[in-house]
Amino acid sequence: MLSLTRWRHDFLQTLPVMFGYLPLGAAFGILFVQLGHPWWVALLMSLFIYAGAGQFMAITLLANHAGLLEVAVATFMLNSRHLFYGLSLLKRFQGAGWRKPYLIFALTDETYSLLTNQGRQQHGPEDHASACRISLMNQLWWVMGTLAGAVAGATIAFDSRGIEFALTALFIVLTLEQASRLRRALPFAIALFTGLGALALLPERHLLLGAIGTTSLILLAHYRWLDRHQETCR
Amino acid sequence: MNDSTLALMIVISALATFATRVLPFIALSRHAEHPLILHLGRYLPPAVMMILVIYALRDFRPVLEGQLNLAANGLPTLIASLVVASLHLWRRNALVSIIGGTGLYMVMVQLGWHTTP
Repeated sequence: MLSLTRWRHDFLQTLPVMFGYLPLGAAFGILFVQLGHPWWVALLMSLFIYAGAGQFMAITLLANHAGLLEVAVATFMLNSRHLFYGLSLLKRFQGAGWRKPYLIFALTDETYSLLTNQGRQQHGPEDHASACRISLMNQLWWVMGTLAGAVAGATIAFDSRGIEFALTALFIVLTLEQASRLRRALPFAIALFTGLGALALLPERHLLLGAIGTTSLILLAHYRWLDRHQETCR
Repeated sequence: MNDSTLALMIVISALATFATRVLPFIALSRHAEHPLILHLGRYLPPAVMMILVIYALRDFRPVLEGQLNLAANGLPTLIASLVVASLHLWRRNALVSIIGGTGLYMVMVQLGWHTTP
């Protein structure tokens, strides 16, 4: 495959993320400069922090003159669902070489979703190159959105209200794709249970961590049960 | 707030975020082939997708204070989500499903369907 064809193929995969990241990044940029911070600080944050919810929380922390320790703890807590993303990509990123640090750095909810849904037609270097292109383009959408919001501010004419629904639509499509590939109800049943449970019991900022953490624990128990079951069968 | 405090906060925030992403790779890099890790690698992504859907729809409450809720992120979210799912089961084309559902959602929201009667 020609290099351009590969980029085009991966670009089409990131398109839904583009619809979501451009307006959300712009919202972050607008909010950030409205609070009196310079535009290039917003740019630096999207380049080096690169976490949607985390950056919005940073705005609140800045406004409240939070201490450095509080910033560290709050940011770590908010983003600790990433710990579980890494768990399920350990093998996938093996041997990615110089690309590996960036692949790990750029692991957002949306990039994780795209990468775990690729179905892996390719292996080795080509698979890692494709993962890297997708990660890079996703961050590009986030950075471009931030820049547009921080520099052009509220003067963006296009009425894009509601476009952020693209990310919800992306997750719905990917859930259906996962279901048709896996053909097992178990993970979806667990997710319904933990997701709705977290929705009922936890405050919004702990929702994802609570649901994903509990799901991992249930999967761990499931693994131990399978393990023991196989031993008694042997 | 002076510039050096701002810079320091951004560095701390960047490091804390990166820590959440890199820790499993540091702690477990030699166990990538462990059956438990493979088990999680197989079942965790579909479960996370489902949780992200639930999270994205968290503002949608079909019944609010004993009444049918037709407010913003209420009925338009439900309708658009059903359209995305149906389009996808029908055509199996991710872009068509996403653009179709999002376009419909934008129309509904921008036509002012979010004002509660």
